[in-house]
Amino acid sequence: MSAQQVLFDAPGPRARRNIMIGNIVGVLIALGILAWVIQALAEKGQLEASMWTPFLEARTWEFFILPGLANTLKAAAVAIVTSVLFGLIFGIGRLSHVTPIRWAAGIVVEFLRAVPVLLMMIFFWLALGSSGAVPPQDAPFIAVVTALTLYNGSVIAELVRSGVQGLPKGQREAGMAIGLTAGQSLRSVEVPQALIAMLPALISQFVVILKDSALGFIITYPELLQFMRRLGVGEGNIIPSLMVAAAIFIVINFGLSSLATRLSVLLSFRTKGRRPATVEAVALDPAST
Amino acid sequence: MEDYLSLFETYDVLAAFWINIQLSFWAALWALAIGTVLALFRISPIPSLQWFGAAYVNIFRNTPLTIILAFGFLGLFSVLQVSLASDLNDSLFRIAVVGLAVYHAAFVCEAIRSGVNTVPLGQAEAARAIGLSFLPAARLIILPQAFRGAIAPLGNVLIALIKNSTVAAAGSVAAEASGLMKTMIEFRSDLVIPIFFTFALGFVVLVIPIGLLTTWASKKLAVAR
Repeated sequence: MSAQQVLFDAPGPRARRNIMIGNIVGVLIALGILAWVIQALAEKGQLEASMWTPFLEARTWEFFILPGLANTLKAAAVAIVTSVLFGLIFGIGRLSHVTPIRWAAGIVVEFLRAVPVLLMMIFFWLALGSSGAVPPQDAPFIAVVTALTLYNGSVIAELVRSGVQGLPKGQREAGMAIGLTAGQSLRSVEVPQALIAMLPALISQFVVILKDSALGFIITYPELLQFMRRLGVGEGNIIPSLMVAAAIFIVINFGLSSLATRLSVLLSFRTKGRRPATVEAVALDPAST
Repeated sequence: MEDYLSLFETYDVLAAFWINIQLSFWAALWALAIGTVLALFRISPIPSLQWFGAAYVNIFRNTPLTIILAFGFLGLFSVLQVSLASDLNDSLFRIAVVGLAVYHAAFVCEAIRSGVNTVPLGQAEAARAIGLSFLPAARLIILPQAFRGAIAPLGNVLIALIKNSTVAAAGSVAAEASGLMKTMIEFRSDLVIPIFFTFALGFVVLVIPIGLLTTWASKKLAVAR
């Protein structure tokens, strides 16, 4: 951030004029692109009132948007809880002093991080569906939650690990000095502190979970996108429907992202001088969809 | 075992992966181009361009890729009848490339911006001191160092892009890996686990070398300070 303010000097009169000209040109080009998109949509009849009025009717919200959103949030909420649990278990496993546990946790985490979420989702969906272990109508939901848990849980495991490794050595030494075993010090001294430091990155990962829940669309889980497609097919307004679906996701995710940014500013005071750089780097991982 | 091997005679698994590699390659090139321009917008002194860059990143970073690719197929292709090639499959392929590129450009922009943040203030000040204005300073001083500092995050974007190319199934690019895996499991549900691990290992083999390579390159090319 700070670098960006000094990339250019405090502008003098000529630079101010150039910036203003550039600003006007920029605005004009942006407006031009917007006008072109609107015109292209209007030409195809996408901006007619009948395309958009369904979103003003109560039944659209009652039968399409709200049930879809509820299913999306349900899958995301369950997946958030289970992936945090998965992440804690495997994150602590990766820090274990027992070499085989460390290795096993490492292999599982690295493997799951490299496999596309959609592949896991399709696998669990078809495997559960054909095995008859669960009722067929529950298979998509379980597949969505399991795939999201395995992937995001392993990312969270890496967050836990880098959070603990970023702590000052003194924390662990102090734990040992008061007679805790290595495992006890990890669980009761180091991980709780790491969790606070990684909170912003954790919330960014929740955004990834929420976005990835839309993959359930492909395996017939009736989440928001699925309902909006049905609405769009029924009303003949697929483009407005998908735009509304995207807007709903953007609002929720933008709220969560802002929360993460505000938290990281707040916490930077609390953990000043020892914020591990690695937590930031993982947070930047666009992860999946 | 013979059952398993006979799968490879019936289905062309390598061809499916080749589609994913092609999708990723073209999408990566476009995403890098769009993302670099957006990063320049965001660090430029012109407020409207800064605003445009920030709006683009916030919109596309917060939209599920599934919606973007479904929009490409259901909206652009079916309703608006946008056609990017004379052949139907080529057209769907290119629309999927556009969708992947538009989405990942937002992450490329943020990766490059994080690279710009690794360039010390003194570099920008020195560039100004020798009389360079914004664009020459960006081109000669800031961006070369920023790209070297951004290799690790850019590598993460590339890895995500390769994995996300499977979502092109939502854009009806049926021949790619996740689509083929679905077909194979549907026909041979007795071999569901071996089929899954074949495809999973394929991605592990694609992705892990890139991770190792970018980690190595980011250390090798790091600007010594």
